[in-house]
Amino acid sequence: MLIVLARRLANIVPTVVAVMALVFLLFSVLPGSFISGMNEDGRSTIDPAVMERMRKEMGLDDPLPERFAKYMINVATGDLGTSFRTREPVTKLIGVRVWPSLKLVFAAMLFAISVGVTLGFLAALRPGSLIDTAAMVGAISGLSLSQFWFGLMLMYLFALTLGWLPSFGYGDGGLRNLILPAVALGVGPMALLARTTRAAVLDVLNADFVRTARSKGMSERRVVEWHVLRNALVLVVTIVGLQFGSLMGQAVVVEKLFAWPGVGSLLVDSVFQRDMPAVQGCILMIVLFFLFINTLVDLAYVAIDPRIRYR
Amino acid sequence: MQLKGGSSLWIGGGLVAAAILVAIFAPWIALTDPVMAANLMNAEIPPDWEYPFGTDAQGRDIYSRIVYGARVSLTVGIASQICNSLIGVTLGLTAGYWGGWWDDVVSGLTNLMLAIPSLVFALAIMAILGPGLLSLVVALGLTSWSFSCRIARAQVLSLKSQGYIQAARILGYSDLRIMFTQVLPNILGPLIVIATLGMGGAILAEAALSFLGLGIRPPFPSWGSMLSEARDQIRTVPWLSVFPGLAIFFTVLGLNLLGDGLRDILDPQSTTRRT
Repeated sequence: MLIVLARRLANIVPTVVAVMALVFLLFSVLPGSFISGMNEDGRSTIDPAVMERMRKEMGLDDPLPERFAKYMINVATGDLGTSFRTREPVTKLIGVRVWPSLKLVFAAMLFAISVGVTLGFLAALRPGSLIDTAAMVGAISGLSLSQFWFGLMLMYLFALTLGWLPSFGYGDGGLRNLILPAVALGVGPMALLARTTRAAVLDVLNADFVRTARSKGMSERRVVEWHVLRNALVLVVTIVGLQFGSLMGQAVVVEKLFAWPGVGSLLVDSVFQRDMPAVQGCILMIVLFFLFINTLVDLAYVAIDPRIRYR
Repeated sequence: MQLKGGSSLWIGGGLVAAAILVAIFAPWIALTDPVMAANLMNAEIPPDWEYPFGTDAQGRDIYSRIVYGARVSLTVGIASQICNSLIGVTLGLTAGYWGGWWDDVVSGLTNLMLAIPSLVFALAIMAILGPGLLSLVVALGLTSWSFSCRIARAQVLSLKSQGYIQAARILGYSDLRIMFTQVLPNILGPLIVIATLGMGGAILAEAALSFLGLGIRPPFPSWGSMLSEARDQIRTVPWLSVFPGLAIFFTVLGLNLLGDGLRDILDPQSTTRRT
């Protein structure tokens, strides 16, 4: 367990540095800077002397490698820089966004796992049945939905027409505001999980050890509980992990649609405002979340499947 | 009844063919010009016989705009998947065949691409390039090649030691010639499946980016940009939102079904199952 953990952690640091270098490089070739953008929106013109001073203050004139090195050292000490726009520390900007983001992602995943795994499991136990067909038609439809359109339709039906739920916003952060965005975000992972679970359970049901268990007189219920579930779980956990990890990034559109104050909507706003420190901070947050969840998944493997320990 | 290769192949193929025909013959199928035929006298008419999908706030025919929007979605989907396939296959084949430090570099890059959600990466690229069709193709064509790269690499590794590859080497074929004339034809099946499924993903991503205002900008019709305009009027003019979304749904559904059907034919061992 510790070796797995150490190996994962040793992988995380270079990945993070590489991601940050990539983002840094991408945005350094950006033609319009935040300051020239202030001029271009035409509302006001800035005195060139002021622009010069601001560029200096923000360190935009230093050579690129120097800026990157400085930034990475700051990141390592927990300082993500100062937002170009609000002049607040980026850690503070992101800090208030993390909890809503996590809440949304967890709720979406909870929905995806509970519905998706159940559907896939029921479908696999009766292949070719009505449940199977319905579940699989539902799953491929779920994979083909565009999240934000689905969200928009949910909003129209449940908020505007039926008036059961608030149409957007964070409200008091309670469940009522969370349901619609979480379902819109979770429908894709739900569909994928239904398909994966079905395939995994079908694979295991045809395995030799299941036939053996049945032929030695084990009850069907016990076969499913003891052998099938446990073995199908490894594949399901992989998909859960991959989906879970990337969900914070995928949430950008849903967060924007529902005006949810998460990291994703901060990213979109910062991109529009060319607020580079905030953009970098958000991407770092999203990547770290992905890597963290993946580490957890690796650890979960070891817990589920003792064979993995000896590899 | 179960969705077997047969039925999903035909339903999916039919939907995709329909979308392609609509895109090609847009000027003949559309009732009016998608951008210029604005007429405030006809604003916000619900769907009826004259305007099958209704009209928007500027009085433009939604049906005609959706017909033209198919061009954007399919162009972005096809072109970006060609980019992704070229990048993924080239990197994967060379990494698997040559191995060594190049393999390490490519694996590192692949892991990097996996760690950044592709929508976030595409968003960053769109922010730099600015809105537009070409930017969309570049942004989506550069950000999701990791899957085809992995498949290509894995396949080369298993084919490398086969007799016919050895024979080609002894005959003095160059490395690149072996990769592209001997190995590539053998892995084309899985790659076509990935590209088909990826096209659906790219169309969804295009819609998402246009929705955020980073892709195709109004008034030019793209399904995402139409939804972006429609969102604020969902309460009063809901049909604005319904039809572009359905167009996206059926096109992507077609591609997903086609991909599943093709997989059963081209990739029976299923290296490309979405796991």
